[in-house]
Amino acid sequence: MCLAVPGKVLSIDDSNAGLKMAKVDFAGVVKEVSVQWLPEVEVGNYVLIHVGMALNILDEEDALETLKLLKEMGEFDAELGKDGW
Amino acid sequence: MKYVDEFRDRELVKNLSEGIHKITTREWCIMEICGGQTHSIMRYSLEEFLPEEIRLVHGPGCPVCVTPLEIIDKAVRIAQRDDVIFTSYGDMLRVPGSEKDLLSVKAGGGDIRIIYSPLDAVKIAEDNPEKKVVFFAIGFETTAPANAMAVKEADRRGLKNFSILSSHVLVPPAMEAILSVEESRIQGFLAAGHVCTVMGYEEYLPIAEKYRIPIVVTGFEPVDILKGIHQVVLQLEEGRHEVENAYGRVVSLEGNIHAKKVLREVYEVSDMKWRGIGNIPLSGFSLSGRYDEFNAENIFDVGDIQQQESPLCIAGEVLQGLKKPGDFPAFGKECKPEHPLGAPMVSSEGACSAYYRFKKSETGSETESTI
Repeated sequence: MCLAVPGKVLSIDDSNAGLKMAKVDFAGVVKEVSVQWLPEVEVGNYVLIHVGMALNILDEEDALETLKLLKEMGEFDAELGKDGW
Repeated sequence: MKYVDEFRDRELVKNLSEGIHKITTREWCIMEICGGQTHSIMRYSLEEFLPEEIRLVHGPGCPVCVTPLEIIDKAVRIAQRDDVIFTSYGDMLRVPGSEKDLLSVKAGGGDIRIIYSPLDAVKIAEDNPEKKVVFFAIGFETTAPANAMAVKEADRRGLKNFSILSSHVLVPPAMEAILSVEESRIQGFLAAGHVCTVMGYEEYLPIAEKYRIPIVVTGFEPVDILKGIHQVVLQLEEGRHEVENAYGRVVSLEGNIHAKKVLREVYEVSDMKWRGIGNIPLSGFSLSGRYDEFNAENIFDVGDIQQQESPLCIAGEVLQGLKKPGDFPAFGKECKPEHPLGAPMVSSEGACSAYYRFKKSETGSETESTI
């Protein structure tokens, strides 16, 4: 039930003040969702969608940093292995 | 960056697995709150990447599983009416009521429509002014604001034929209820990442302090889950009990303030009965008085329903992490997804369903998917 999936914002329609909408691309499938709770959203952002509502904008910097650290976790171990630990 | 495949990377899973093995010196028992996480753990066989000292216990975070029987029975009663179009998330249709489920009402001619978004239900009400359109509004904090938006939108459009049958539950009081059970051996929590996307994680700080238990906000992909476990184990090994965020690309401390504002406007916090667990004080949302006219329980005559739960089902103990689905002799026999005795066998996020689909290897057949 709490499944939420990331998608890329293709266009934004804020003609309805009470329910700001956007077209979002989910790996090739385009759906219309509400971005009412993301006043700062821009075309090109990745947003997390749950039952037709965007809950947040994904933070690319944080994602890249996490992936880098986890990759280094293995490299660090490999280094230690080489040094005969 | 697509935010999906990157977090299913085999090399990162291996690095985290090795990291967890390296820091684990003794037995630890960790509960993942959310059924979506249980589903991922089973689907990707993540327990195989953990040292045998780490025991994962599955939590009650499956709204389909904990929606009270009396609400299911009310839904069945309302959906049977000729003047009603009953709209629901698909998962709810096969949840057993006392006598029948919604799917059998639909098979008998009831106008029940599965919807993707609560806003679809509002559209159905607008398109069918001669009918009463009822939306089965269930969920945790992740879903509650979207359900609330449907009420606000129906109000804004002046719709008089729209109402919701509401059953909303909250995570932090359930965590406290679990920790208060004497038999509980939970030493750390993976907090539900998408609940925290809405709510943030400030409300977990007093729980971590009071029960001296590490709580780590965790996502749903294999790398996310192992990262959450790694952080919990590190805290346990170092004797810390803090709230940490292992899902930083999505979750912030304060959550989504706009969604939370909608929650405060449409609902009030109330006592709530959880199916299989019982009453938990201040653990749910009910419609606030301002939106009383949208409460289906006020519109339809549903006050006199007598409930009858299956006496065989151990769902309550499974939901509290006291038993595993396989501990139940009827598991996979009398109780299967095709004819469930309890709700956790229905939802794909229910622990019983996840075990049935992905852990059949323990009962002799192949698992459906591995990493």
